[in-house]
Amino acid sequence: MDFNYLSAIIFLPLLGAALIAFVPGLNRKTIRGIALVAALASFALAVAVFALFDRHLLGMQFEEMYSWIPVINANYHLGVDGLSMPLMALTSFLGLVVVLISWKEENRVREYFAWLLLLEASILGVFCSLDLLLFFIFWEIEVIPMYFLISIWGAGRKEYSSIKYVIYTLFGSAFMLAGILAVYFTTGNLNMVELTQNGIAAGAIPAAAMFFLLLIGFAIKLPVFPLHTWLPDAHTDAPTAGSVMLAGALIKMGGYGIIRIVVSFFPDIAKQYSVWMIALAVIGIVYGAAVTLRQTDLKRMIAYSSVSHMGMVLLGVFALGEVSMTGASLQMVSHGLLTGLLFAMAGFTMHSTHERDLRKLGGLARQMPVTAVVFSIAGLGSLGLPLTSGFVAEFITFTGSFSSGAFEGIKIFVIISVIGVVLAAGYILWMLQRVFYGPPQPQFDHAHDADALEKVYMFAFVILIILVGVYPAFLTDIMKMGIAPLIK
Amino acid sequence: MPTNLMWLIFLLPVASFVIVSALIKPFINNESKLPGYVTILAITGSFALSVWALVTVMSAEGHVIDVPAITWLNIGNLTISINMIMDSLTAVMLVVVTFVSLMVQIYSLGYLHRDPVNTVDTGFPRYYAWMSLFTASMLGLIIAGNLLMMFMFWEMVGLCSYLLIGFWFHKPAAANAAKKAFIVTRLGDFGFLAAILLIFANTHTFDTNALRDLAMTGVLAGNVLTWAAIGIFAGAAGKSAQFPLHVWLPDAMEGPTPVSALIHSATMVSAGVFLVARTFPLFVFSTQALTTVAIIGGFTAIFAASMGMVMNDIKRVLAYSTISQLGFMMLGLGASGLGIAHESNLTAEIIRGATAVGIFHLFTHAFFKSLLFLGSGSVNHASGTFDMRKMGGLGKAMPWTCITFVIGSLSLAGIWPLAGFWSKDEILAKAMENQPFLFVLALITVFMTAFYMFRAVFMTFSGEYKGGEVHEPHDAQEKASDHEEHNAHTTQPHESPAIMVLPLVLLSILAIVAGFWNITGAFSAFMGHETESKTIIQGLFGVFTENWLPIASLLVAISGIFMAYVMYSVKWLSPSKIADGFFKPLYILFSRKYYMDELYENIIVSKLLLGGLFKGFQKLDEQVIDGTVNGAGSGTRNSGNVLRKLQNGQLQFYGLFIGIGIVAIAVCLFIFG
Repeated sequence: MDFNYLSAIIFLPLLGAALIAFVPGLNRKTIRGIALVAALASFALAVAVFALFDRHLLGMQFEEMYSWIPVINANYHLGVDGLSMPLMALTSFLGLVVVLISWKEENRVREYFAWLLLLEASILGVFCSLDLLLFFIFWEIEVIPMYFLISIWGAGRKEYSSIKYVIYTLFGSAFMLAGILAVYFTTGNLNMVELTQNGIAAGAIPAAAMFFLLLIGFAIKLPVFPLHTWLPDAHTDAPTAGSVMLAGALIKMGGYGIIRIVVSFFPDIAKQYSVWMIALAVIGIVYGAAVTLRQTDLKRMIAYSSVSHMGMVLLGVFALGEVSMTGASLQMVSHGLLTGLLFAMAGFTMHSTHERDLRKLGGLARQMPVTAVVFSIAGLGSLGLPLTSGFVAEFITFTGSFSSGAFEGIKIFVIISVIGVVLAAGYILWMLQRVFYGPPQPQFDHAHDADALEKVYMFAFVILIILVGVYPAFLTDIMKMGIAPLIK
Repeated sequence: MPTNLMWLIFLLPVASFVIVSALIKPFINNESKLPGYVTILAITGSFALSVWALVTVMSAEGHVIDVPAITWLNIGNLTISINMIMDSLTAVMLVVVTFVSLMVQIYSLGYLHRDPVNTVDTGFPRYYAWMSLFTASMLGLIIAGNLLMMFMFWEMVGLCSYLLIGFWFHKPAAANAAKKAFIVTRLGDFGFLAAILLIFANTHTFDTNALRDLAMTGVLAGNVLTWAAIGIFAGAAGKSAQFPLHVWLPDAMEGPTPVSALIHSATMVSAGVFLVARTFPLFVFSTQALTTVAIIGGFTAIFAASMGMVMNDIKRVLAYSTISQLGFMMLGLGASGLGIAHESNLTAEIIRGATAVGIFHLFTHAFFKSLLFLGSGSVNHASGTFDMRKMGGLGKAMPWTCITFVIGSLSLAGIWPLAGFWSKDEILAKAMENQPFLFVLALITVFMTAFYMFRAVFMTFSGEYKGGEVHEPHDAQEKASDHEEHNAHTTQPHESPAIMVLPLVLLSILAIVAGFWNITGAFSAFMGHETESKTIIQGLFGVFTENWLPIASLLVAISGIFMAYVMYSVKWLSPSKIADGFFKPLYILFSRKYYMDELYENIIVSKLLLGGLFKGFQKLDEQVIDGTVNGAGSGTRNSGNVLRKLQNGQLQFYGLFIGIGIVAIAVCLFIFG
C-alpha cells in the first residue's frame, strides 16, 4: 500500500490539535512548537504532493478509499485533481503561515492553537474529500473553530460577527444537507467522481431544486451578492490569523464547491441559469468595489475587496468555458495569496500602531519600510498589476469569459466587470497612500517594523505571488487538467 | 546580430534592477553612488546593443528581423507567447529610450541630494532601482510582439511612473499626484484591455503581425475593428495624456525633475503614440478610428498649449507643452493614416511608413523636451524654485544651462534648421492635406508654442534675478512643496556641476541635428514609406521652395517668439494688463485649466461617485441587505445567546456538540436511506 499522503496532510494538523488540547501541563512554547511542527509537516507533504503530481493526467490522483458506513454506501474517499490540489497546497501553506503569524499570541494559547489547527484540518478535508458525506462533515466542522477564533480572540463587535457567521453558515449548510440528501435519494450514491461522470437523472426531486439547494450553501461561503454581508463583519473582527484563513482559504471552499459539485453534477442547469449567476457576479464585482471605496477601516476595506474579487471567480465559473474556469481556479489561489498577505500585513500594521482607522493612519513608510514594500506588493497584486498573480488570474478569467459564448450578451457583462479593475486601483492606491505616505507622524514613532520571523512569511508570500505572475503555467498546467474533464 | 543579444537589451536593466533593489544593500553605505553606476553601466550596455540592433535592422531586408517566440501559457484555445518584434519602429524607439535614459541617469548623479526628511537613507538606491525597472519595462514594451505582452509592460511603466512621481512620498502633493496618474491612465487602460478581449474573441490571437495580416485581408473588419482601434486609442490617450485624460501629467511634475525628463516627456508618455503606431494596421482600415485619433490629437495640441501660455511654474509650462506635442504626434498619425486609407494595394511597408510622420516627431521631441526638462532642473538647482516669477537673470550665472535651454526652445518652437522644424513641418503638411480644419488649429498651436517657450526663456534667463526661493519659515506644508528637491542652495545662483551640464550639451546637439535624418527622406525610407529622394543640400534649403507652408509656419513661430519678447523682455506690453483687461475671462479659464480638475475631482469623483452612487450602495448594503439579514436573525438571536454562553464552557462540551451533529446526520441517513 502506498503512503496515504492526503490522510497524513489532513490528520497531522488534527493530531497537533488533539495533542495541544488534551495533553495537560504544556507551556506556551511547547504548544506553539507542536503547532509549528504539525503545520510544517502537513505543508511539507503538500509540497511533496505538488511535486509528485502527474501534470499530464486527467482525473483524480493520490486516491484513498476505505469503506466507512457500508449501509448508506458512504466511504472514506480522498483524492485530488488539478482543481483541488492547488487549493489544498494553498491551505496548507496558509495553515503554516498563520501559526507563524500567531507566534506572539499570549491569550489562552492552548485553545487558540488547537482551534487554529482544527480549522486547517477541516478546510484541507473539504478540498480532499470525494465522498459527499465526508465532504459535508469537514464542511461543518470548520464553523466551530472559526466561531471561537472570532468570538474570543477577535476585536470590535466580535460576538455579533461570530454569531452572524455561524448562523449564516448553518443556514446555508441546512440547504446543502438537504441537497446532498436529495442527490443521495435520487442516485443512491455519495461518490463525487461517479456522480460527476454519470450525471444525475432527475427523479422525484427536480434537478433544478437540487442545484439550488446545493448552490445556496456555497454561494454564502464564496460569497455571492446579496448573501455577502457576513463576510465584512467576520473578516474585520477576526484575529489576524483568522482573517488570513477566512479570506485566504475558507471562502475558496465556496468557489470549489460550486465547481466540484454544483456545476459538475448539473452542467445543463448551470448553463440554463448561467446568465443570472453571471449577473450576480458582475454586481458583486462592481458593487463590491464601489462599497470598498467607501470604507474607512483598514481591515474592512480589504474584506470588501474580497467580495469584488470573488465575484470574478463566480464570473469565470458560470461562463462555463475551459479557459474561464481555469481562470477562476487561478483567481482563487491568487486571491488566497494576495488577500492572505493583505490581511497579514493589515493585522501587523494595526498591531504595531494600535490604529486601524484609515483617516488617522499615515506616513508609516518611514517607520515601517519593509512592511510598506510588502503591503504595496500585495496591494498591487490585488489591483491586477502584471507580473503578479492577480493580473494573470483576472486576465485569464476575463478572456475566457468574454469568448466563452455561454449566452448571448456575456461580452457586455464582462466589459462591465472590467470596471471593477479600475475601481480596484482606486481603493488600493487610496489605502496605501493613507497608511504609508504623507509626512511621518510622531505618534507612530513607537511602531516597529517586521522582525526576522515576520520577514520569513512575508517574503514567502511575495515570492509565490511573483512566481505565479511571471510563470503562471506552473499552476495553470495543473488546473486545466482538473477543469477539462468537467467541460462537457 | 544574434537574437539572444537583442533580448539582452531588455534584460540588462532588469539585472540592474534586481542588483540595486535586492542584492547590493549589504555592500554599500548610505552615501555610496554605486547603485547609480550599476544602472548607468547596464543602460550603457543596452544603448550600445540598441545602436547595433538599429544598424542591423537598417541592413536587413524589409527592415524586419524575425525572432523566435517562446510559449508562456496555454489553456484550451488560449495560447500566449513571449515574442519580440524587431523592425524599424522598434529599433528607432530602442535607441531613443536607451539614449535619453542614459543621459538622465548620468544627470541624476549630480542632481539627487540627501532627502531632507529621511535621515536614514538618501533614497539613492530606491531611485536607481525604479529607474532601472522603468527602463526595463519601457524596453519590454517596445520589443513586445503581442498585445498582451505590450499591455503587461504598459502597466509596468505605469507602475514605475507611479512610484517615481511619488518618490518624495512624504509630500502629500506628490502622493496625490502619483495616485492620480495611475488611476487616470488606468481609465484609459480599461479601453485597451477591452480592446484586447474583443480582438482575442474574434481572432484568437494577440500577435501584432498576425493581427496586421488579418486586418489587411479583411478578416478583422467592420465594427469590431473600429471598436478595437478606439479601445486601443483610449489606452494610448491615457498614457499620452490626451484630452480628456490629460489631467494627470501636469500634476506628475511633483516627481523629481530627471524623472519628468525621462518618463513624462521623452519615453513613457510617448508610449501612447508608439502603441498607435504599432497597431496602425488596425487604424488604417477604420476611417472613424483615424478621424478620432486626428481630432483628439489636434484638439489636445491647441488645448494644452493654451494652458501652457499662462503657467508660472516652469515645469508645468513644459508639461503642458508635452501634452500639446503629443497631440501633434497623434494628429500626424491620424492625418497620415487618412492620407493612405483610401488607397487600394496597401502593403505592410506602406502602413508602417505612414507612421513615420508621427514617430519622427516623437524621435526629435524626445531629445529637445528631455533637454528642456533637465534644463529646468538645473535652473531649480540654482534658484531653489520652479516659479519663474522668482527667477530672471539666470543667463549670466549659468551660461551652459541658458544656451542649451534656448537651443531646446528654438527646436521646440520649430525654427529652421533645428530638429523640431523638420518633424513639425511634416505633421503640418499631412494635416493640411487631410484635415484642413485641424491644420488651422495646428498652425495657431505653433504660434502658442513659440510664445510660451520664449515666455519661459525670458522670464527665467533675462532681466534681473528676483532672488529665487526666499528662506523664510512658513508653515511646514508649503515649505515641503516649494522646497522640494533643494536644500543646498546659496543666495547667489551658480552653474550646475559638469555631470549635469554634460547631458545637457549632448542632448542639445541632438536637438539641433536629429532632424537631419529625414532631410533626405532617409527616415521615412527606413520606416518603409518611400525612397530617399533628395540630397542633403536640396533637403536643407529646398524645403522653402516647394510650397508656402514651411515659410508660413516659420513666420508664425517667429511671431510667437517676438510676442514673448515684446511682453516679457522689453515689456512694451504689460502681461498683467492683458490678463486683467479684455482677455481676462480667457486668462482665468486657461489658468484654472478649464476647470477640468474641479469637474473630475469635486463633481464626478466626490459628488457623483463617492458621495452619490457609491454612498447609495453603501447605504443599501448596510441598511437594506444587512438589515434584512439582521431582521431575520433577530428571531434567532436567542439561540445566539445560548451559543455565546457556550464559549466559556469546556473543550469536551464543544466536542460533544460536534459529535451530536455528526450522529444526527448519520441517523437521518440511516433512517431515510
